[in-house]
Amino acid sequence: MTTAPIHPTSETSIGFGSRVHSWVISVDHKKLGMMYIGAGLIFFMLGGIEATLMRLQLMKPLNDMLTPHGFNQMFTMHGTTMVFLVGMPVLLGFGNYLIPLMIGARDMAFPRLNAFGLWLFIFGGLLLYYSFIGGDGLYGMGGAPDVGWFAYSPLTSKAFSVGHATDYWILGIMVSGFGSMTTAINFMATILCMRCPGMTFMRMPLFVWLMFTVGILVLLALPVLTGAQVMLLFDRFLGAHFFDPQQQGSVIFWQHLFWFFGHPEVYILILPAFGMICEIIPVFSRKVIFGYPLMVAATLSIAFISLGVWVHHMFSVGLPPWLNSIFAASTFLIAVPTGMKMFNWIGTMWGGNIRFTVSMMFATGFLVMFLFGGLTGIMLAVVPFDWQLSDSYFVVGHFHYVLFGGTMLAVFSAVFYWFPKATGRLLSEPMGKWTFWMFMIGLTLTFFPMHLSGVLGMPRRVYTYQPGRGFELWNLISSSGVPFQIVGVLLLVTNIIKSLINGRVAGPDPWDAWTLEWATSSPPPSENFPKIPTCTSPRPLWDRKHPEDPDCFYE
Amino acid sequence: MTSIPHTNLIPSSAPSRGKVGMACLIFAECWFFAGFIVAYLFYIGKSSSGPMPREVIDIKPVLVNSAALIASSFTVIAALRGLARSHMGSFRFWMALTIVLGSYFIYGTAMEWRGFIVDHHLTISTNLFGTTYYSLVGFHAFHVIVGLCLLTTILVLSLMGHIHVVRDYLRVELVSWYWHFVDAVWIVVFTTVYIVGMRP
Repeated sequence: MTTAPIHPTSETSIGFGSRVHSWVISVDHKKLGMMYIGAGLIFFMLGGIEATLMRLQLMKPLNDMLTPHGFNQMFTMHGTTMVFLVGMPVLLGFGNYLIPLMIGARDMAFPRLNAFGLWLFIFGGLLLYYSFIGGDGLYGMGGAPDVGWFAYSPLTSKAFSVGHATDYWILGIMVSGFGSMTTAINFMATILCMRCPGMTFMRMPLFVWLMFTVGILVLLALPVLTGAQVMLLFDRFLGAHFFDPQQQGSVIFWQHLFWFFGHPEVYILILPAFGMICEIIPVFSRKVIFGYPLMVAATLSIAFISLGVWVHHMFSVGLPPWLNSIFAASTFLIAVPTGMKMFNWIGTMWGGNIRFTVSMMFATGFLVMFLFGGLTGIMLAVVPFDWQLSDSYFVVGHFHYVLFGGTMLAVFSAVFYWFPKATGRLLSEPMGKWTFWMFMIGLTLTFFPMHLSGVLGMPRRVYTYQPGRGFELWNLISSSGVPFQIVGVLLLVTNIIKSLINGRVAGPDPWDAWTLEWATSSPPPSENFPKIPTCTSPRPLWDRKHPEDPDCFYE
Repeated sequence: MTSIPHTNLIPSSAPSRGKVGMACLIFAECWFFAGFIVAYLFYIGKSSSGPMPREVIDIKPVLVNSAALIASSFTVIAALRGLARSHMGSFRFWMALTIVLGSYFIYGTAMEWRGFIVDHHLTISTNLFGTTYYSLVGFHAFHVIVGLCLLTTILVLSLMGHIHVVRDYLRVELVSWYWHFVDAVWIVVFTTVYIVGMRP
């Protein structure tokens, strides 16, 4: 059985060149989704290399492996890559792959626009990375961008950013941002217009609800960033004064614009992860998700409140106390719907018949790590506490728990869960368990000590530190977590390649799941469903498997 | 299997995906403009040197301009009505009038800019007023030009006989949505630049 061809079509008989060609010209949402995820994984490894170099530099005090300038480039490229070229495309890729399958549609609403978005993202990423070669510009100075991922002015002005490094940062992000916006438009149109008969809003899988909310946030936040970047381009090329203090321009104005984008962006990166967890935990707990309507309400309120919390990135700027207080209060408020979700997931697992597959292990790991990152986030919402710890390693530890321990663990969980659907092969479970423990150990070793070195006063974005200030041990432990994470990534990649070649054949529904993507073959045919399915409840497949006791009786 | 009731299947009454797509695009564009409008409001009266808005802005030609652009929103509605009734002559007439009015708006903006640059030596790099004025009004004018390109394409296609009511009505309607959006943004820009921004 294991040697059965994955693709029963004639694809195996055609040459390599024409197979690549068929992917390049594809407008199929499944191929585009996989290309998003694949390209995101490649950028993930590039961003990982940059992080490794930084951890090597900080392993011991007064190290000189990287120059100060090189270190600035590394943290800028690492942050920019992970947010814009890993987080967004991988999550949008999952959305692309899963939304039409989950709502019983044949494709996205605008397939060609979809392909356009993918290629914009890829070219935007290449443009950003070309800065390593072309960033020197005519001045012979520069290289990769070195202004931090939030590119505060006046660092980005012509006087402080000579050469074209900053221009590559602006244009690379802008181009891939246009790609994300087209994808968001596609998500909205697909979810609103392409649902199969019976798929009412309150029967949609929660992943689809979460991606719908992400679509709104992308359309709302990214244009503001694009506008701010256009202003910056005008400053740099046309001599405008948006962020030029010498002509009464305000550098704080950039911070407001950036974080008005930046905070919804954080939720753009975490809401899809919530969606994955909402699908995976019920299936492996053998229980219906606890509090479906509450989950939807919590999602929408998170999206709404996320528009009004951005100043908590700017507490140390020196804004008026009443303003800081308002934004501290709104930041506390956003923890309420997030906490509801946490309790709903635990409520789903409570009393369930839990099956600890690798996917479920990652989902459980997500709950633990995200809770920790969320709690340090609430600590940072306390203004005086933030004054003490702003721009310290405490903040770095906090957001790595949220983005790596949260988003990325959910993505790994999703990879193990949906890989059989996308390829027809199961990933190896024993190898997956090793991957899981490598990541859990590596994450804790690397990011937990950062809280301690941060409290002790170690500032972020500084290329080295003096001995004798108590930072040595914590930095050494942080760096010692890196090999575990590298092994984790290598195991995952090996697992994917090995399982593609001779993994166990999955069949259409290996997890005994309930949503419509499991109703078609694995991998799905190009039209997704031979016959458009109908939906009778939030768990259409349960209804089909258990006609004697369907969910629709209890709606 | 037959015991599952199918009475609660909703009939498919989903909105058109073209309409949703265009509405989403307009939503995103609103937030793009919001950044520039906030920048304009934030920097009113903060220029460290002249010329200031009250010294250079002549409101009369702008009012004529605005009237032309607002009128073009009504002519595009008339054009759509003609298309719905398959009166292609009326459709083309109102479409052409819309394009003329939109082009007049662009001409008026160009004349205003010419006056600023040649007579008052105000460019994007002169002061904060120049910076925020040219970027806000310029991006609006850019959107008008994009709209004009779309409208002109439709007019040319219809003159070549390629516009069919049943197949293309929705497409023309979506372009008209975009045109109304451009018009609505102008009302906000006008309020920002020529009313709020003129206060001493």
